[in-house]
Amino acid sequence: MTQAVDTPRTASRQATFTGLKCKECGETYQPEAKHVCEDVCFGPLEVAYDYDAIRRQVTRETIQAGPNSIWRYRAFLPVETDTPIDVGTGMTPLLSAQRLARRLGLKQLYIKNDAVNMPTLSFKDRVVSVALTRARELGFTTVSCASTGNLANSTAAIAAHAGLECCVFIPADLEAGKILGTLIYDPTVMAVQGNYDQVNRLCSEVANTKGWGFVNINLRPYYSEGSKTLGFEVAEQLGWQLPDHIVAPLASGSLFSKIHKGFQEFIKVGLVEDKPVRFSGAQAEGCSPISQAFKEGRDFITPVKPNTIAKSIAIGNPADGVYALDIARKTNGTIEDVTDAEIIEGIKLLAETEGIFTETAGGTTIAVLKKLAEAGKINPDETTVAYITGNGLKTQEAVKGYIGEPLTIEPKLNSFERAWERANTLNRLEWQQTLV
Amino acid sequence: MSVKVLIPTPLQKFTQNQAAIESNGSSITELLNDLESNFPGIKARLCDEKGDLRRFINFYVNSEDIRFLDGQATPLKDGDEVSIVPAVAGG
Repeated sequence: MTQAVDTPRTASRQATFTGLKCKECGETYQPEAKHVCEDVCFGPLEVAYDYDAIRRQVTRETIQAGPNSIWRYRAFLPVETDTPIDVGTGMTPLLSAQRLARRLGLKQLYIKNDAVNMPTLSFKDRVVSVALTRARELGFTTVSCASTGNLANSTAAIAAHAGLECCVFIPADLEAGKILGTLIYDPTVMAVQGNYDQVNRLCSEVANTKGWGFVNINLRPYYSEGSKTLGFEVAEQLGWQLPDHIVAPLASGSLFSKIHKGFQEFIKVGLVEDKPVRFSGAQAEGCSPISQAFKEGRDFITPVKPNTIAKSIAIGNPADGVYALDIARKTNGTIEDVTDAEIIEGIKLLAETEGIFTETAGGTTIAVLKKLAEAGKINPDETTVAYITGNGLKTQEAVKGYIGEPLTIEPKLNSFERAWERANTLNRLEWQQTLV
Repeated sequence: MSVKVLIPTPLQKFTQNQAAIESNGSSITELLNDLESNFPGIKARLCDEKGDLRRFINFYVNSEDIRFLDGQATPLKDGDEVSIVPAVAGG
């Protein structure tokens, strides 16, 4: 489907957001490029809205009549313009995952498939579309980010579309697909010799010295709001109702808390009925500071040094970790972690049952889904949504050596017949092994 | 025990706009008290009422997060560099 993009600018509609507010102490600030409560407690800032104004602007019908992208929810997003950067981001499939459900003993399982989000095949396109639209409004001409890979892809691509200068920072050891998938848009790429937390800290310092819009630093209050659309879309795609249980990956914890915020906002303005939704989070064992805190009953996060193949979610010092903990606990959800071997099995399981090739973060989510289902922590009758946030073609290294090889044959019928018989014999042997 | 302390922009109004200052103390706790005596008001911004560092403030000694060291008891020696970084972002 073709989506109209970037029509000429017209007059601004009435903005529905009023400013920024500290999540910790409630201090308010002007809606500028600022992410820290500088005047009081150094807590994170969040966008504050006028929900009466949103209620006046929005009905189910106005949303359904809107663009086939995240911008159908524009009244809930912190931008002023009538012409946001719309590259067709969002409205990804919500798939009824019946074969995976049967394998896990569940009945009502859905996959929200952001492995096919546009334009760069991860959920990050949602947050970047919002951040760069706001960056343009605030007058930035250069944009930047601290990324584990997917964000660099997305920032570079959407900046190219919007004609913004771009400089991204990544850990030097990222998967080849993520580096190539950034360089193709011709930004400046800084490959930092360190882990993501070191990249992040460096970017905080750069943000203080350069007049750049860092999507996940000084623009983070706007950027993170884009993740709410993963909540909005699921509610709309389920026929304007909320699921019973969601399972999502945890890196910084931002996505998880914004899906929760999205559901709460839809309830607040009367678009869906209020009901309890359980929130469960997934981490890789090699980087599980939030899961550890959850299991130990702590309300604070002790940072860790990441060591996992799930690089896209390898954040050892998660900015919103305490908020994710709080949501999992108060919604009667859980937070679990899985090994790298289980992550690979998770990637394969989703591919083999549903035809979706996800990256390591998605493998983590599926592996945790499986673990929770086996432990009886998901009621089989619950409407459960697992969020798949990225595409497996970007992290091919992770599964190399764990999947089959092509059967090389000559261009002759008998060569094919021999190979086919051999393949079937191998299949039978595998079945026998499974049965034993 | 002289250490170099890097002050983030929002706190530079306490340090007469200096981004880096020399301070003293054999631990982070002592450093906080020394900072307060030279730049009154700064400690209340970094610590809560109980004197514990606020949860969104990060201290690094020679680039290592003090939560990987001994927290506020982390010892300091001559020539160390201490960075104060507010609110982690990212992700």
